[in-house]
Amino acid sequence: MKILVCISCVPDTTSKINFNNNNTEFDNSQIQYVINPNDEFGLTRAIWFKENDGAEVDVISVGLDNSDQILRKALAIGADRGFRINQEALDSFQVAKLLSNHIANNNYDLVIAGRESIDYNGGMVPGIIAEILNFNYVTNCIGLEIIDKSAKIKREIEGGIETLHCKLPLIIGAQKGLVEESDLKIPNMRGIMQARQKPYEIIEDKTEEIKTKTLRFEKPESDKEIKLVSPDNLDELIHYLHNEAKVI
Amino acid sequence: MSILVFIESNKNEIKKSSFESLSYAKKLSKLISSDVIALTINCSEFTPLGDFGPDKIISIKDKKLELFNAHNYADVISNVSKSVSAKNIIISDSINCKYLASLLSVKLNAAFVSNVVSIPNSTKPFIVKRSTFSNKAFCEIEINSEIKILSISKNSIGLNKSRSEPIILNSEINFNESGLASESIKVSSGSVSIEDADVVVSAGRGLKGPENWNIIEDLAKTLNAATACSKPVSDMGWRPHSEHVGQTGKPVSTNLYIAIGISGAVQHLAGVSSSKVKVVINTDPEAPFFKIADYGIVGDAFEVVPKLNQKLKAFKAENN
Repeated sequence: MKILVCISCVPDTTSKINFNNNNTEFDNSQIQYVINPNDEFGLTRAIWFKENDGAEVDVISVGLDNSDQILRKALAIGADRGFRINQEALDSFQVAKLLSNHIANNNYDLVIAGRESIDYNGGMVPGIIAEILNFNYVTNCIGLEIIDKSAKIKREIEGGIETLHCKLPLIIGAQKGLVEESDLKIPNMRGIMQARQKPYEIIEDKTEEIKTKTLRFEKPESDKEIKLVSPDNLDELIHYLHNEAKVI
Repeated sequence: MSILVFIESNKNEIKKSSFESLSYAKKLSKLISSDVIALTINCSEFTPLGDFGPDKIISIKDKKLELFNAHNYADVISNVSKSVSAKNIIISDSINCKYLASLLSVKLNAAFVSNVVSIPNSTKPFIVKRSTFSNKAFCEIEINSEIKILSISKNSIGLNKSRSEPIILNSEINFNESGLASESIKVSSGSVSIEDADVVVSAGRGLKGPENWNIIEDLAKTLNAATACSKPVSDMGWRPHSEHVGQTGKPVSTNLYIAIGISGAVQHLAGVSSSKVKVVINTDPEAPFFKIADYGIVGDAFEVVPKLNQKLKAFKAENN
């Protein structure tokens, strides 16, 4: 089985979000970049397929050279080959189109992406790839088993869990639950050394498929004044919620 | 030119978020002088839709569409959209809508912009505001495609009634049946889902153990609320992942969010920031959640929560 894990390089979840240049650019000074958490759950599941079923695992990202360290980490965790498409990621259609070009040439049985990136939160890339390449697609994926080119998938739905099945090829949008947080792998020294020897290719490709443009950013209104209520006067809280906030 | 609104329903019950999508479409229709068409799938109760002003309802009934399947639904919406030459397609930010939207965007060669929080501040060029960086910021997006799909962030626009007498068209649509099949659906027992809830009661490590969640569940029951939790709580297995609220869990944009024994890591605060009213109950007055909450109680959850529940029960009994 051949697996591709699509990885987005995102600011660490604890990052303070600020903007530069009259709020038109993300301020990346003092930002630590990490593998998008949803992608990392997917990567770990892929490595299990490698360990248990002998799958081959490729990792790919669309981005400039600051993505290299993230892909190297994925190789150190256990992926076999790395690819970076050398374009700045500007829009979901563009990213999905570039990834589709690579997937179309490489006969993957399974493509794993995250449910969404924690920076742009578009959640579109895997679905666009699925539609371009005519793959089955399941997002909010919290369980995946594959036997003889047939997949059994669990997905989170509102108020429950749905179990589905289909033939490969399949693309999923991974999220927590596909593997647990405690299952995530930390690269060890041996992995890091091996990663240096693994194939790593920079792909020059581009597309004109850009449908959106981010013009400017703004931050939500800053801290508001809190009203403190004494634990001995809970009627006051109910009064506020009913008469002032009008939410009960 | 038409605006098409996909209406989500379950056994003839239309989801509240679909009324919000309709409210959005109606506002948009005034900016670009379009008619508003509501699309229902296997729904027979149209009366509530008339409160939100659609000009037309296209009703599709098909046994093969009884269970949601993103591929099939995207194909249906795409075919309907082409038949009415819709230029704008409005959906909610629900799990299923976002799932089908990316498929739909390719079929229609449309841009899809999710988490939209306002009506366009310009229609030529078409510019909308959406939330980004997991609710830590907003951005303005210019959309350059002719056809646009927008998913509306819950509670961002609100419901806006405008009465109409829509024409109802029963329509038959062919679609390609997907090879992806549903085997079973397991519904979480007897609870309100976080996505649908107007009130969410959420608790963290301050509760000390899963055996203490009865006070949270009791309060949630009184408020007809969904229960949620912080990341450590779901990581420790005290509560299911589906309840984890935050950057790697789910965002909550509800009317009332009550955080109990949650100190408020930045990832959690980001996840709840679009909720309208936030209440915090915590023993530690320095807990970061106090900085973003509207109302706060410095106190022990084990004393405050049962007492608050009693008082709310009395209040509800009096006011209903």
